[in-house]
Parts: sequence; C-alpha cells; structure tokens
Amino acid sequence: MTATLTDRPSPSGPAAPIATRRSWVPAPVRHSAALARRGLIKTIRSPEALLDVTLQPIVFLLLFVYVFGGAIAGSSDDYLQYALPGVLLQTVVFASAGTGVGLAEDLKTGIFDRFRSLPISRAAPLVGAVGADLVRYITSGVIMLAFGFVLGYRTSAGPLAVLAAFGLVVLFAFAMCWIFTALGVVVREPRSVQGIGAMIMLPLTFASSVFVPVETMPGWLRPFAEVNPVSRCADAVRALLDGEPAGSAVTASLVASAVVVAVFAPLAVSLYRRRT
Amino acid sequence: MNAPPPAIEVDGLVRTFGDVRAVDGISFTARPGQVLGLLGPNGSGKTTTVRMLATLLPPTAGRATVLGHDVTADPAGVRRRIGLTGQYAAVDEALTGRDNLVLIARLLDLPGRAARARADELIDRFGLTEAAGRRVRTYSGGMRRRLDLAASLVGDPEVLFLDEPTTGLDPRHRNEVWDAVRWLAGEGVTVLLTTQYLEEADQLAHDLVVLDRGRVIAAGTAAELKSQTGGQLLHVRPVRPDDAPQVAAIVAAETGAEPSIELSGEVGAPAGEPGALARTDARLAEAGIAVAEIGLRLPSLDDVFLTLTGQQPGSTDGEPT
Repeated sequence: MTATLTDRPSPSGPAAPIATRRSWVPAPVRHSAALARRGLIKTIRSPEALLDVTLQPIVFLLLFVYVFGGAIAGSSDDYLQYALPGVLLQTVVFASAGTGVGLAEDLKTGIFDRFRSLPISRAAPLVGAVGADLVRYITSGVIMLAFGFVLGYRTSAGPLAVLAAFGLVVLFAFAMCWIFTALGVVVREPRSVQGIGAMIMLPLTFASSVFVPVETMPGWLRPFAEVNPVSRCADAVRALLDGEPAGSAVTASLVASAVVVAVFAPLAVSLYRRRT
Repeated sequence: MNAPPPAIEVDGLVRTFGDVRAVDGISFTARPGQVLGLLGPNGSGKTTTVRMLATLLPPTAGRATVLGHDVTADPAGVRRRIGLTGQYAAVDEALTGRDNLVLIARLLDLPGRAARARADELIDRFGLTEAAGRRVRTYSGGMRRRLDLAASLVGDPEVLFLDEPTTGLDPRHRNEVWDAVRWLAGEGVTVLLTTQYLEEADQLAHDLVVLDRGRVIAAGTAAELKSQTGGQLLHVRPVRPDDAPQVAAIVAAETGAEPSIELSGEVGAPAGEPGALARTDARLAEAGIAVAEIGLRLPSLDDVFLTLTGQQPGSTDGEPT
C-alpha cells in the first residue's frame, strides 16, 4: 500500500485546510449552497424523485381535467380554465411535503451526524435542504404551467401577473415546507412522514378552492375551506391569472404564508436543534 | 522532556438518557498518535462516549477535551480537527463516491479544484477508483465503509473517531478496514476505535479501555489485561470428543477449578499450581484417553472479558446487524 497523503502536518500543528478559499461569500451561505447542490444532484439522479416533480403533476392535471372536468364545469376546456391555477398550487405544495421525507431520510442514515461533526453552521444542512427544494418547487411549477398551456389553458394576464402568481405559489410552498420539516424531524421514519404528510395534504388541498368554488361545499365544510390558507393562495393565483383585480386576495395569500412560516419555521428549527 | 499533552482527555464524563446512565463517570486519556480501543458489549456506552467526544451529544456531567479543545466550551475547535466514522456508513446513497467526497471537501472550504483533487486522492488511496463514478447505492458493504472512512479523512483530521468500523463486514472487508486503520496510525493520526470484537482491539489498539454498563472496568495494553486475569490456562483436547466428561473430571481433580467444556471437546481450566499439567498428562495416560492436544496458554482477551464482566462480549445482544 502506498501512502499518498504526504502533506500531513505534525499532529500538534493546526488543522490543515489545504488551501482554504478566501471568498467574499459568508461561510454559512457557501456551506448551505454546497448542501443544496447535493439535494439537487440527488433529485436529478434518483428517478422516483424526478418523476414526483415531472410526470406526477402532468398525470394529475390530465385526470382532473378530463375525468372530473365535464362533471364539475360542463366541459373539460372550461374546467381547465378554472382548475389550472389550483392544480399548479397543489402540485407545488405536494412537492413541499418531500422536504420532510428527505430530511427524515438524512436523519435516519446518519449523514447528518457527519455534517454536524464538520466545522459548519448547524443550520446549513436544514437551509441547504430547503434551498434545493425551492428549485424543485419552481421546476414542477414551470412544468405544470407549460403543460397547462399545451392543453389549451389561456390567460389574459400579462407576464408580470403570471410571474407574480408563480411567486405566490412558490412562497406558499416554502411556507408549507416548514410544516413538513417539523414533521420530518419528529417522525423518524421517512415512510411515516410520507403517510402523515398525505393525510395533512389531501384535506388541505381538496377542502379548498383549488378544485371547486368554496360556495358549492356544504355549510359545515365552508368555514374550514374559507380559513384554509390553501384557499387564500389559490384565490390569489386564480385572480392574478384571470387578470382580475387581485390586490386583496394577494394580501390574504401573503398573510397566510407569513402566518404559516411564523408558526412552523421556529417550531421546525427548535425541534431540529433538539434532535441534532 | 515534557510529555506531550494528551490528544483526548476524558474526566468523569457522564451522560444520562432519562433514568439510564449510559455513560457513568468514565475517565481515560489517549496520547497523540495512539490507537486507543474502547472495548465493550452492546449498550456499554461506547457510542455515547464517541458522540460526546465528536460534539454530537452534550455531556450531562464531567469534562472532555480533544487536542485541548473542550467539547462543551469549544465544539467548533474540536470539529475543525477531528474526523468521524459512525456505526452506519454516513454517505449519501444517491450520490457517486466522488460526489460524496467533493461535498465534504466543499463543506471544509476547499475551493472547487482542490476539493476535486482531494477527493481523487482519497479515492485512489482507498482503492475506489473504478467505483468513484458510480452511485453509492451500488457499493458493497466494504466499499461503503472505505468511502465512509475516506470521507472522515477529507479534512486531514488529527484525531479520528471510528465507531465499530467493521461491524457487519465479512472477514475480507474487515481486513481492508484494518489495513486502513494501521496506515492511519502509521501516519501519526490519533485513533479512538470502539469495538465489541476482542480480536479487533487486540489487532489494532495500543491501549484498551474496557467499558461495561457505562463504567470503565479495566484499562491497559492487551498484554496487561491478559495478565490481569492471572495465570495460565490448562487446556486438553481429547481425540474423541466423547471422552470430554472424563477429561474434565481429571482436570477438575488436578487443578481444583471448575473446567469448561467446548463443543469441540476441548476442556479448559485455570492451571493453578505449576505441576498441574504434568499430573493431568500422567492421569490421562493412566486412564487410556488418547489426547490430541494438551498444554498451557495465556488467556485470550475473550477470557479476560469473561473474567471482568462475567459475560461473553457481544453475546447478550447477538450479532450486530
């Protein structure tokens, strides 16, 4: 066996960062970016994760528009106009549940122990994971929107309004991902995180204005659908894409996202600190 | 000449989980460049100790320093100078071997090109060149451990923690890991190695600390520990295993100790006074028992462990997964 590591310093000397980078980027940002890059490579290289953000939303949109569309709105084409903003939101919010699953996996395999034994900020693995997922949200959102246009979705809104709608969706998913981050830290089994995540996700997205107008729901369900933050965001996205006055709906959506972040981000971070 | 300051110094370290005292006031030191073996069965507190020293778990009480950095007061100082390989290979299955190492190098602030060079250097060193571009998911257990070990060396640590580095490996892969540890020791790295395998401790460690139920029950070199059990062992293996009970009766009479009988028919007992071997040999000849092997030997670390703890190491919880 040949020893190739001949540059070892004396044991009593300082640690040997062989050529530490002098960078104007602060270390926590750099480390988080390196970890986010890892998350992205992971998504690109694992087929099932890639399908989650590409094919699954497409299948979802097809099913909803062509199976339920006629029954709900009279014709598939009319329903596409109503549903696309909602399905766009639903897709991206579902992607945010993946954040919790990935985190639970990392905690389980022990790779977080390795990260934590390195001289990096304690928050970097968490920030990196969320950062990589933001890219995932944007990707699946773009795919959904593009596919909607292929199916015949048309918007009267200008590019700025579309961009604003998209921004609202991603911001909302970012807010929701803290719920699943907290879940991922508490529930140790990735599969359970997935299961519990779906249990939270399905009522939140279906009992909202994502697929049907809230007014069509029975009286007992309506109050829930009204306060459901998913409805707030769906309404705002729909108003923006339909070219309607959206000021109050956008404000409501921003408030809803802010409330979710204010409650769950500190909770997730403190659970993460305790766990790790 | 002054002795160099210890690489690891542990003083009265305690860690409780609820009512359980997982580590119950242990103390030991490791000299720079030494391979120190932390030996004990499952649940004896080895992993908890390593996690405290690697700053992953705060101690409940007591004090520990690594290269002079207090694990509680200066965890960042500790992290800059250590490497950790845990019980489970902490590498990313979805990434390639090279990407795993580059990621660690980036987290250690090596610029892109230096990070890749460092990764390739370690890949070469651990014989992973051909697998470097493959995802870790496709690696064998031994390759994963080697990659894991390589990942803990990216930062050129002065102190390396290896928590049961060969658990679950077959003998060939175990030997690969052993070679790597020996090479590191040759490079002057201080290694703290936990194991429940006596043979591993015997093979690799200069000094041993034996843990049982969170306490240090013995410490010293393997030779010192062996001599602590006192005296030599008399062992007899009859040609026909069926003769074992008769042999045991003779051995018991001549040594005055309760002999153990193994499945192979080998009978063993503490030799007691010097004449026991000759007398046993004569009595066996008188009784017409054909003997395949008879002699005295120093106790193995297994015997030491049995004497110290009253149990076979690792036998309580079975084989690790």
